[in-house]
Parts: sequence; C-alpha cells; structure tokens
Amino acid sequence: MKIAVCIKQVPDTSVRVKIAPDGKSIDAAGVEHVINPYDEYALEEAVRLKEQVAGSEITLVSLVPDKAQQIVLKALAIGADKAVHIKADNVPNDSLAVAKVLAEELKLGSYDMIFFGKKAVDYDNHQVGAIVAEILNLPCITGCTHYEYSGGKITAYREIEGGVEVYEVVPPVVFTQEKGPHEVRYPQLRELMAARKKPIATKQPNFSAPIMQTVELSYPPPRPAGKIVGKGVEAVPELVRLLREEAKVI
Amino acid sequence: MNSVLVFVEQRQGRIKQSSLEALSEGRRLAKKIGSTVSALVIGNQIDSLVNEISKFGPDFVILVQHNALANYSPDGYRDAFLEVVKQEQPKVILVAGTAMGKDIAPRIAAKIDAGLATDCLAIEITDDAIIATRPVFAGKVLQKLKITSSTKIATLKPNTFRTEEVSTKAPSIKKITPQIDPSKWRAVLRGIQEPEAKKQDVSEASVIVSGGRGMKGPEGYKILEDLATALGGTVGASRAAVDAGWRPHAEQVGQTGKIVSPNLYVACGISGAVQHQVGMANSKVIVAINKDPEAPIFKFADYGIVGDLFEVIPALTREVKKLYGKE
Repeated sequence: MKIAVCIKQVPDTSVRVKIAPDGKSIDAAGVEHVINPYDEYALEEAVRLKEQVAGSEITLVSLVPDKAQQIVLKALAIGADKAVHIKADNVPNDSLAVAKVLAEELKLGSYDMIFFGKKAVDYDNHQVGAIVAEILNLPCITGCTHYEYSGGKITAYREIEGGVEVYEVVPPVVFTQEKGPHEVRYPQLRELMAARKKPIATKQPNFSAPIMQTVELSYPPPRPAGKIVGKGVEAVPELVRLLREEAKVI
Repeated sequence: MNSVLVFVEQRQGRIKQSSLEALSEGRRLAKKIGSTVSALVIGNQIDSLVNEISKFGPDFVILVQHNALANYSPDGYRDAFLEVVKQEQPKVILVAGTAMGKDIAPRIAAKIDAGLATDCLAIEITDDAIIATRPVFAGKVLQKLKITSSTKIATLKPNTFRTEEVSTKAPSIKKITPQIDPSKWRAVLRGIQEPEAKKQDVSEASVIVSGGRGMKGPEGYKILEDLATALGGTVGASRAAVDAGWRPHAEQVGQTGKIVSPNLYVACGISGAVQHQVGMANSKVIVAINKDPEAPIFKFADYGIVGDLFEVIPALTREVKKLYGKE
C-alpha cells in the first residue's frame, strides 16, 4: 500500500506565543518548533498500517520552511520511508491555497491512503485535509481516532458529540486524525541516524492568489484576577453563595 | 443572491442548540446588509422541525429530504448542501462548529472556492468581505481573518453567539428532493456507537466538572460525576488523566482535546498547565479546587478553594443539592 502522511511544524505547545511588531504574525525568534501533535498521531496510525500490510511504504509530504528539516527527519525516524519537502518560508494563511499546493503534489503519488492531522495547533483551521480530498475527488473521513484494515477495506472510527461514527471505505481515501488510543512511538538514536540516509526530495510551491488574510492578531483580554474563597470544607457555603449571587451561574 | 444561508444541524430529529445560535447570528448579519436569511436542514422526515426553527426568524426554511440522508453521510450531505448553494448563491454561509459542521464546511468551501473561517467568536460584515474573529494557537491569540471570496463560509464556536427568538411573519418553506445517488457514496456509515450511559459532550455542556492528576485514579471520578449531576453538567478531564487511561479522550479538555466554553468550569485537582488553560479559558466562570495554594490554576480561576478535594467536592455537592432542593 502506498501511504502519504502530511506533516507540518507548529510552535511548541507548552510555550506562550508572541505577536510580531507587524501585528499580523507571530514572532518566530527563539520559538522551538515541534511536529504538529495531530500529524504525529496520524503518522503513528500510518506506521501501524504499514506494519500490518506487507510491502507498504510511507511518504511524508511537508510544506514547511527550509530550516524545518529537523521535523522531517524526526518523522522519518518514527517510521516513514521517504519525504517530499516543499520548501516555503512564508506559507500563506489561506487553507485553500495550501490545499491546492498539497493536492498537486499528492496527485503525483497515486497514494492508497493519505493522512492529515485533523488540524494544526497553530492557526487551528481544521480544513486542509478535507479540502485536499475534495480537490482530488477522494472520499474523506475527518477526525478519526483509529482504524482496522481487513480484506482491502478500512473501518474508521470518528468521534462525534456523545458517540462514535463507524465508517467503512475502500482505498484510495483521505483520513484526518484525532488523538486516538495509540501513543506515538519515540524514535531511538539508531532510527534517528538511519533517517539521515532516507531520501528527501525538495520542491518549490506555487501558491494561488489568497482569498483569506490575517488583518490583525491580538491577545485575548486577561481574565480579571480571581480570589481564593477559603480553605477546605468551611469555604463551600461561601463559594455556593458567590456562584449564585455574584457570578449568577447556578 | 445576497442572502445568508445557515446550515441547521439535526441528528435523529433533534436540532443542535449551536445551530440555533448560528441562525440568530445569521439573522443579525442579514439585517445589517439588508438581506434575507435562510435555514437549511438536511435529513429525512424532518417537516416537524419547522416550528422550532421558525421561532428564530428565518425568512426561508429549506428542507432537503431523502431516505438516504436520515443519518449523516459526508458524500450525501455535501451533495445535498451543494445543490442548495448553487441555487441560492448565498453571500455568507454559517455552520455551527460541531463534529458535523467542521466536516462539511471545508468540503463546501473546496467545491465553490470559498474562504472558510473556523470556530468564529464574532463576525463583522461589509459589502464585499467578512472579518471573522477567531481563536488561534488554541486561544493564546485572537485572529481577525478577512475573507474576500464571493461566498464566505464561517463555522461558529458553540455556546458563544446569543440565540434570539423573534416574532415575525412565518417563514416560506421550500422543499427539495435532492439529486443524489447513494450508490456512488464511498465512505459508508456502518453505525453509530453510543455509550450505554448517554452523556452530554464537553464541547456542548454549560457546566463542566473536570478532574486531573489530583483525582489519583479512575475511582476518584465518582465524586465528580455526583457534582456534575447535581449541577446539570458533565465530567471532563485533563490530559494527564486521559493519558493515564482514567478517562476517555472524548472528555479531554485542552490543546489536544476540546476547547470548551461552558458557563461554569470546575477544575478539580488540575494544576493548570498552559495546554489545559487554553482549553478552558473561554469558560464564563472558573472554579478551582486544589490542595496546592501555589498551583497555577489559581491565577486564572475566578474562585478558588485550597483544600482536599475528596472532602471539598462531596461538601459542594451537598450544598448544591440543598440549594436546588429549595426551589
């Protein structure tokens, strides 16, 4: 099976982000980047499928800056076989323009399965995977937690409010990945070394004219300082009074 | 040609509250540009939903019905939705930011080359653009995103926009039998698994009682369930609790879980890492119960109690029951 996994980098989720002086972008200075967590979950699922279906191969497709090669190498170490690095220092904040570039590349590979994270935790747009599927006219199931493969069919599990939708689909297909039951494997030094020998093709993107643009970034208003109502069980009646009379939420 | 189209989501004949929020916002936007608002409902045997939808003042209700559309189908709903979009040529399409809404909106955007803003908190409209305010970096930053395609699409964050019942003239009803061919659908829904005890989802709940590492194990959540029941809410969890296998991922609040916006969020035994904080910062009121007075959660909680949660929570449950019992 030919599998593609699309990955991108995002700022480390444990740090605060700083708005750049232009007021429209994020200050990249000193920011550590990591693989988007949902892309990593997707890669783990792809590696599991590869282990199950003999002769499978995983190609990473990554639209990231030149200097983000570390991200690609780490993903190769987790279990991909080769990569296409589409180099762009300024990726427009326009999902349609991004999806068109990725679709163009993915079309060339005739993949049986294409995985995306359900969203990237930078701009939280939550749309590129589904748009790529529509451009390529492929079936797409979004927000899947995990999969079962048998007899050429894939069963995909998708979380909805208060339940799980179970879908059956025959490849070729696009999946977007929710956090699921499987922990992402941690690459060992040996695998990190081996990743350096895996092929990485590089390309340049051609973006279409954007129809979306950021006009302003700002920080949300800080929450007003809260108060400690008290200590232990004795504080409970006062808390209930405050929730009732001051906050009016119960 | 200049209208606002709102997708009103129903499952099993029940309309999503967040869709009614979207419909109310759609009506407000239509008013600003002197246009009309249409409510689009897709399903099967859903005529009876017109009454409820009419209360929120749409000019038109468009019912698209087919027996193959009784349940959600990504292919089927997309085709039915697109058929209406092509007829109506709306200027703006609003969709509630639910699992279904987030699935269908990008498909429509792709098919008509429209810009799409996800999880909007506010929308400004002008003659040729919309400017959507939306959380990015999990809410650490707010983005104003301008969309200039001829049709603009937005998904709206649940529990954010005000619903508004209005008494206007009854809407006109359009009924459509869509030109769809289920034999061509590729992703086939085989079923919907529901937990034995039906539970409100954290993304839709107005009260969430959430537990973290301080619950010490899965058994600890019994007292949170009791409190959630007393408050008419639901139980949530931190990433630590989910990764430990104490609670399912569906309940996780935070950067790799759900970004929630309840009226009341009670954080129990949660220290308050940035990744959790961003998931619950949109709550109207936050209460923290933690034995460590230095826990970061107290810096952004509105009300805090320092103490042993295994004593404080049962006492809180009793007090809430006492309060509601009086009424």
